[in-house]
Amino acid sequence: MRPEPAVDLALAREHGLSEEEYARACEALGRTPTFTELGVLSVMWSEHCSYKSSRVHLKRLPTEGPRVLQGPGENAGVVDIGDGFAVVFKMESHNHPSFIEPYQGAATGVGGILRDVFTMGARPVALLDSLRFGAPEHPKTAALLRGVVAGIAGYGNSIGVPTVGGEVQFDPAYNGNILVNVFALGVCRADRIFYGRASGVGNPIIYVGARTGRDGIHGATMASAEFSEEKEARRPTVQVGDPFKEKLLLEACLEIFAEDVLEGIQDMGAAGLTSSTVEMAGRAGNGVELDLDKVPRRARGLSPYELLLSESQERMILVARAGMEHRVLELCAKWDLDAVVVGRVTDTKRFVARATAGHDPFDGEPTADPSTVVCDLPVALLTDEAPKYTRPCLEDPRPDDRSVDTARFHFDAHRDLLELLGSVNVGSRAWVWRQYDHIVRDGTVLRPGDSDAAVVRLFCGDGDQRREKFIALSVDCNGRFCELDPREGAAMAVAECCRNVACAGAEPIGLTDCLNFGNPERPEVMAQLRDAIDGIADACRALKVPVVSGNVSLYNETLEAGGVRSVLPTPTVGVVGLLSRPEDARGSFFRGDGARVALLGMPGGGALGGSEWLVRRAGKVCGAPPAIDLEVEARLQSFLVASARLGLLLSAHDCSEGGLLVTLAECCIGRGVGARVALPWVTTPTPGALFGEDPSRVVVSMEPSRVDAVKALASEHRVPVLFLGETGGTFLRVDGVVELSVSELRRRYTRALAQLVGDG
Amino acid sequence: MKAVVVQFPGSNADFDAWHALSDVVGVPTTMVFHKETALPEGTDLVVLPGGFSFGDYLRCGAIARFSPIVQAVRAHADRGGYVLGICNGFQILTEAGMLPGALTRNVHLRFECRDAVVRVDADGFFTRGLLGRVLRLPIAHAEGRYQASEDILRELEDEDRVAFRYVPLDPLFAARGGNPNGSLRDIAGIYGGPRRNVLGLMPHPERASEKLLGNDHGRLLFECAVRSLTP
Repeated sequence: MRPEPAVDLALAREHGLSEEEYARACEALGRTPTFTELGVLSVMWSEHCSYKSSRVHLKRLPTEGPRVLQGPGENAGVVDIGDGFAVVFKMESHNHPSFIEPYQGAATGVGGILRDVFTMGARPVALLDSLRFGAPEHPKTAALLRGVVAGIAGYGNSIGVPTVGGEVQFDPAYNGNILVNVFALGVCRADRIFYGRASGVGNPIIYVGARTGRDGIHGATMASAEFSEEKEARRPTVQVGDPFKEKLLLEACLEIFAEDVLEGIQDMGAAGLTSSTVEMAGRAGNGVELDLDKVPRRARGLSPYELLLSESQERMILVARAGMEHRVLELCAKWDLDAVVVGRVTDTKRFVARATAGHDPFDGEPTADPSTVVCDLPVALLTDEAPKYTRPCLEDPRPDDRSVDTARFHFDAHRDLLELLGSVNVGSRAWVWRQYDHIVRDGTVLRPGDSDAAVVRLFCGDGDQRREKFIALSVDCNGRFCELDPREGAAMAVAECCRNVACAGAEPIGLTDCLNFGNPERPEVMAQLRDAIDGIADACRALKVPVVSGNVSLYNETLEAGGVRSVLPTPTVGVVGLLSRPEDARGSFFRGDGARVALLGMPGGGALGGSEWLVRRAGKVCGAPPAIDLEVEARLQSFLVASARLGLLLSAHDCSEGGLLVTLAECCIGRGVGARVALPWVTTPTPGALFGEDPSRVVVSMEPSRVDAVKALASEHRVPVLFLGETGGTFLRVDGVVELSVSELRRRYTRALAQLVGDG
Repeated sequence: MKAVVVQFPGSNADFDAWHALSDVVGVPTTMVFHKETALPEGTDLVVLPGGFSFGDYLRCGAIARFSPIVQAVRAHADRGGYVLGICNGFQILTEAGMLPGALTRNVHLRFECRDAVVRVDADGFFTRGLLGRVLRLPIAHAEGRYQASEDILRELEDEDRVAFRYVPLDPLFAARGGNPNGSLRDIAGIYGGPRRNVLGLMPHPERASEKLLGNDHGRLLFECAVRSLTP
């Protein structure tokens, strides 16, 4: 085995520790850490594991509500859906690995979030993803898009969890740093939730799943530094996914959960064996002792450092009840999984790892030499006492000058509508979701492209306890609005995501977030993060939706020739809603001729800032973004939910990217149904009126016989309703604005992404 | 009538098949793990479900055919017992030599999940009385391109064993003649076995058997099976 390097400040710096952090570690230990300990400290104190920059701000998020069974801090959040059942969900980023190796990066992102969900005792039943790529003309964009989509498909399709929805946006700010955020949801019995806790001194710690290799060492550290050309060359740190192994792990774990044999369980994600066991010990207030000689491996000559830091995928740590380990091992054997007792829970509150120097199981049994302690650190030093920073923030991160003279841009409603429909940010995403198995498990009631949010049937429980429940799911964020105003933009992301769910007929019951920002050591980025968190908190309070889990991804920026380029601040949110019955499910699109068309909400002030129309015209994200009135939004959403329960509307589609005219066109394209409408407040067509992206607006359709009931319910909820016209024919006619055949609209719309990737 | 759904370690539409059979058409259905060596007493229909039986990093179904249960399924088929292979199940049946031909990568090299339109082209236990009917059924596969030698294709057609063919009725597929994956002769499913008692098909009728899911064309096929197999 290679001799270990001597530990000093220079080596600590290479590991991403600051001088102060290194000094703090030495002082806490009263000695210089060993090489292995330095590795452990560096990953546990990395931004990725410690949330050291964001923690002080995350505390401001509202995390409580009557349905919340588990809020942030565990592997995933848990929300009660009634009748003794719960949903478990979380969203997580895999940005840097996906840029370096798009297929495996995205695939292992799916694998990781699925483990976070099933480690809580839930069977995963839905995936969604929120993706950000660079400009369509950037030389890497097409290949990254193909690779990421294929990677998500390759993992999700194989393991058999349907990818039921998501979003994709393109902006040059992501040219050198794409975003891959994956949301997963599972279902379980509310009284059978499992936690990542190493409880019960003396209990065996069992390693289950794939063998350990050198893949992914320092992945967590990589996710905690900005991106550079040099790092792009770090391909070996990207893990390789094996969805079949994860399928075995999933089924074995679900069978183990069904028996009363476990104290705790956690997946080995970022920082692998180290973070899983340390976090479990921390939550239980215990210590752990690991025997690294026992760890199953797939590479020769792995050092203790490598064994502790490897991020090989598809591995879990289980803490069994003493005496029950044989049953765990039996069930793992049924599924042909490696499972080995690798340690014990202790009462020392220390993280201890032992190994026999020079021992490699590939060479046979360990020598007679006793194993020695290679790592001995207080658990608290790695968890609660890890560094936390209140980093300096700018007072106001909004761009100084947001004014833009929109009148100088050429405007032609007809041409601009077709251009927007055919653009990569508005056009059809069918090329993406057709590569995902979105129907496996017989639960997909409304498929991608049918509605504003996916609607999924959950099969809960078994035998006589079986119940069917129905939920709606959406993920959303408009990073452009967040760039122009982080607080308002983040609030609008929450509002839009909840609105999507309400359009589909569900009441929002819980939210998870995935906060993607640049380098937190820069005050303007830190201010964006601070304000976005406040924006999420504002909207969650107003809409009464608790945040139950989340993830923070910082250092999303590229060192380019011209300087540093941060991504747009992208606080992605995922929202889960509950339908009262399957009949509540509502699609986005006009369903047939003769229905009345109306706009819910105010027509809007026509703000163009951050809109797709203006960004295309100005060539950059600029302007004053629209503002949101959260009370108005809350009333709109309660109307949407109530109208679903009364079955009043045929369709409901939120106005978002592209604005009102695009929304009307999409309502027609979906099922090839035309419409004739008038926009009475638009005396002279302007870009703002047609393509402005004001929030809190929904285009709905209804049977003529329902008009009075809709008016009555809307007035009860104090929601403005403007009747625009009716559906029918094969054209979209907007009086005095445009007249286009639905087939022409559809042709533009369907080709948008296929053109980019070069196939249909 | 009693049905069995075989559970390979990477099966993922096992639940879908079980749900369609037991909840939708009311057939008593049990799951049988692939390591079993025998089928339960009195099994009438064996379903090999969709999924990625052993990860299928090699050819789909290439490893599954060595599972202990496959011997029992083969014996069941040889006795004239009914076997239905859906998607990965169809791939396993061809790998095991229980149906002729092979399923290779889709011609466009992508996994594709969408509705396809198929026509019932042969009579059999899953299609009795439905000859000529056009059905909308979802597909979800990366390797569904049916290929076989000219001799086999001729034999299939001469013996009237092409159960389902993709047809160009769906405008989305019109450019490809309705054929989503490049299958020879637009083949979506075939009958085989000593008494046309083995059927393999790529589309997923078990995911299109309820109005709630927006499509119940698949239910017609399961109801056929119930009628054919109920003495």
